[in-house]
Amino acid sequence: MGKAKYWSIVYLMVPIFGVGLFVAAPALRMWLPADVSEHGHTIDHLFVFIMYLTGAVFVATECALVWYLWKYDSKSNPAPTKFTHGSHSLEVVWTILPAATLLFIAIYQINAWADQKLVRRAPVESVGPDGVRGTADDVPKAPIAEVTGRQFEWRIRYPGPDGVLHTRDDLLDVNDLHIPVDEELVLVIKSEDVLHSFFLPNFRVKQDVVPGMKQKVWFKAVKGSEGRSYDLVCAELCGWGHYKMKGRVTVDTQSDYRAWLEKLSFEQHKTSEPPPATAEEQ
Amino acid sequence: MSSHALGDHGHAAHAHDLHDHAAHGHQMSFIGKYIFSRDHKIIGLQFLFSTLLWFIVGGLLALGIRWQLAYPWSKLPILGDMLFSGEAGQMSPEFYTALFTMHATVMIFLVIIPILAGAFGNFLIPLMIGADDMAFPTLNMLSYWFMWPAFVCFGMTFLTAGHGAGSGWTSYPPLSVIESAAPASGMAQTWWLLGVTFVGVSSMLGSVNYMTTIIQMRAPGMTMFRMPMTIWGMFITAILQAFALPVLTAAGFMQLLDRVWDTGFFVAEGATANNAAAMSGGGQPLLWQHLFWFYSHPAVYIMILPAMGMVSDMIACFARKPLFGYKPMVYSISGIAGLGFIVWGHHMFVSGMNPVLGVTFMLATMMIALPSAIKVFNWLGTIWGGKIHFTTPMLFAVAFVSMFIIGGLSGIYMAATPVDIFIHDTYFIVAHFHYVLFSGTAMAVMGAIYFWFPKMFGRMMHDGWGKVHFLLTFIFLNGTFYPMHLLGMVGFPRRLADPYHYETFAHLLPMNQFMTWCAIGMVATQIIFAINFFYSMFYGPKAGRNPWHANGLEWCAPSPPGHGNFDFQPIVYRGPYEYGSPETDEDYYPQWHPPKQGESSGGEEPKPH
Repeated sequence: MGKAKYWSIVYLMVPIFGVGLFVAAPALRMWLPADVSEHGHTIDHLFVFIMYLTGAVFVATECALVWYLWKYDSKSNPAPTKFTHGSHSLEVVWTILPAATLLFIAIYQINAWADQKLVRRAPVESVGPDGVRGTADDVPKAPIAEVTGRQFEWRIRYPGPDGVLHTRDDLLDVNDLHIPVDEELVLVIKSEDVLHSFFLPNFRVKQDVVPGMKQKVWFKAVKGSEGRSYDLVCAELCGWGHYKMKGRVTVDTQSDYRAWLEKLSFEQHKTSEPPPATAEEQ
Repeated sequence: MSSHALGDHGHAAHAHDLHDHAAHGHQMSFIGKYIFSRDHKIIGLQFLFSTLLWFIVGGLLALGIRWQLAYPWSKLPILGDMLFSGEAGQMSPEFYTALFTMHATVMIFLVIIPILAGAFGNFLIPLMIGADDMAFPTLNMLSYWFMWPAFVCFGMTFLTAGHGAGSGWTSYPPLSVIESAAPASGMAQTWWLLGVTFVGVSSMLGSVNYMTTIIQMRAPGMTMFRMPMTIWGMFITAILQAFALPVLTAAGFMQLLDRVWDTGFFVAEGATANNAAAMSGGGQPLLWQHLFWFYSHPAVYIMILPAMGMVSDMIACFARKPLFGYKPMVYSISGIAGLGFIVWGHHMFVSGMNPVLGVTFMLATMMIALPSAIKVFNWLGTIWGGKIHFTTPMLFAVAFVSMFIIGGLSGIYMAATPVDIFIHDTYFIVAHFHYVLFSGTAMAVMGAIYFWFPKMFGRMMHDGWGKVHFLLTFIFLNGTFYPMHLLGMVGFPRRLADPYHYETFAHLLPMNQFMTWCAIGMVATQIIFAINFFYSMFYGPKAGRNPWHANGLEWCAPSPPGHGNFDFQPIVYRGPYEYGSPETDEDYYPQWHPPKQGESSGGEEPKPH
């Protein structure tokens, strides 16, 4: 064994530590955070699917690299150079195989994307007279709240008893979003100043909010998540206080959720003075 | 501009110029020769030294980021007392945003792009194609000197009152446009935009020159398909620059107008922040993102294709074997360049862009992984069956391949749109582009410095210390960047001055401390490189013309080449990768060696099997 073979071992460390760290990751609590959304498992599944696929390619190519470095080391390999400029058939094989794989991933994931982002696939109250979902006569589900990003807080507006946003009975809060468990829900998200991103790690939701645009996100908190609260993170640079633009999302049972709204309503509408947040909201 | 600048008179005509140039060189004053030089080699070295200096700045900025992520709000070592005497030496969040903004800006605009195109492109293109200089030497000089206004502008962002530009290197409006949204940025953001514009001018001048030189000034016999991959990388990069850069320049001016005269191209109606008076707006923040990424995505390839070319040359040379699949390699970098123009939207999957449009960009993005895969397979094919010499440049070149596999594969995660919903703007992305740009391109650049140093300075760098430098850099870079994948899996967001007050991320502090110490080790390791570099420049062993027994034309010129490069007119007889050819007794067959009596000139075409 020539001394230079130690270098092959240096490169061998790449697949060993590369895979090893991912194997150790769950024990280090460095894995996808707990998923409490209904759709999240499709994203997680896709992530893990790509991880195994790329992991296999990673191990195969890194090991081939190390093996060739080891075997064809000039210090120990007496064989002359294989004088070749390439192989047409190999090129064809390693063009078509990855192309097919990549195309498969591309097609395989389209539906999960559409379910999350196409407004046509947002939850509906009813599908309308034609009985077909995704058509113009659908009655879209009313948003349970409007979330407005603002340097450096999340302002939350519930529609109040009348179920309509931007009316006198709206309920306002900051950084503290409550949602009912086990219910398909829609949020309207927007920005009042600069870009922010509405990121709920545990719900696998992320959408930038853009001033001048109103967007919808929809998800469902699964049973078992009630009584807990989760992080709401700003994931798009929004200024010096970006790091502290933190909110919490609390999943309530239906009765807790109603009680929460009643509490807000009592605080904001049974008092003699209008709440300050309302005044600022014009 | 000298008479040959038009380059329209074929190849042989250069020969008679050579003598004049050589004579001319001795009469030049110091300023003409080393400062306002029109010699591509000097300009290349000017770029090299300037970019390496900025590399130090960029690296120190990175350490500032790492310090805050490892020891949030603790006293910043060394500089803390000076910069933040009022806050007991702890950095402010404004300063943190400026740190990552300027780290990326410096590394991208002042290090990677100019070190590849400016330093190596300038130094290598004429030498490798057998020309005596660039097509437009004066333009070439200007391309370097237009970097200086950029240096000044970016320097001003550090010096202006407040805390420096703080909108990220992407400078997304409205944050970058509405002054009250980022009060600490102030004039710094305006300086930043001017700086980017000057860098653009410099790149554009370089790119026009490279295209013309490569098309017009190749030595006799140097057909397009006999060019080394380095030249192909530079050529395709120049084309990318020429077509993508005007868009950034235009967009930059629009943002400048938005800032200075409230034109409102990139802000919505009634835009405001921090309770300031509303602007009339009428624009769209997403428009900037489209324009910015229309340049900056191709720029990603501008930052890797020349590196891929240089790595191909180094691997073939030290595997003593022809590059496997030369033409597929050429087609795949062309494919990357072509597709590179239609994938910019993958930076915007969750930006609010039409999700159906997102699908189009997803498909193109998936497909751009293909040519990258082909390149990796061909590098493996090159190493297979060779006789590998583990020199320092080879170690770096192989590290490029090994690391690029990681950076390439992690790209597939974010190309998959639903996965991107989760990992977008997390450390998974940070891991991905550092694997491509640092572990990839920077490794290739290091290797290239060791490889072409003898041609640049006529002396060899120390191989033993080079290997120490390689080993430590390789270990520390993986210690710094690999765990970022895991952080990204947790959803750890980028650009947060203190992410640990989030329940989800609180437990990630120890890992960040480990990464920070690796980063410190990595930066410290570069001291070995710097000493080796400067010591070897003056005291290294003399290299001779062709110390690596390589095939490229640059190795037939004297080391270092004089003014006019070649002391004879090189004529090219074969492709650049005829290593181990049965036609000669040596294990290499330089491009300029005339074929032996009664033999063919060496295969340049891959023979179908």
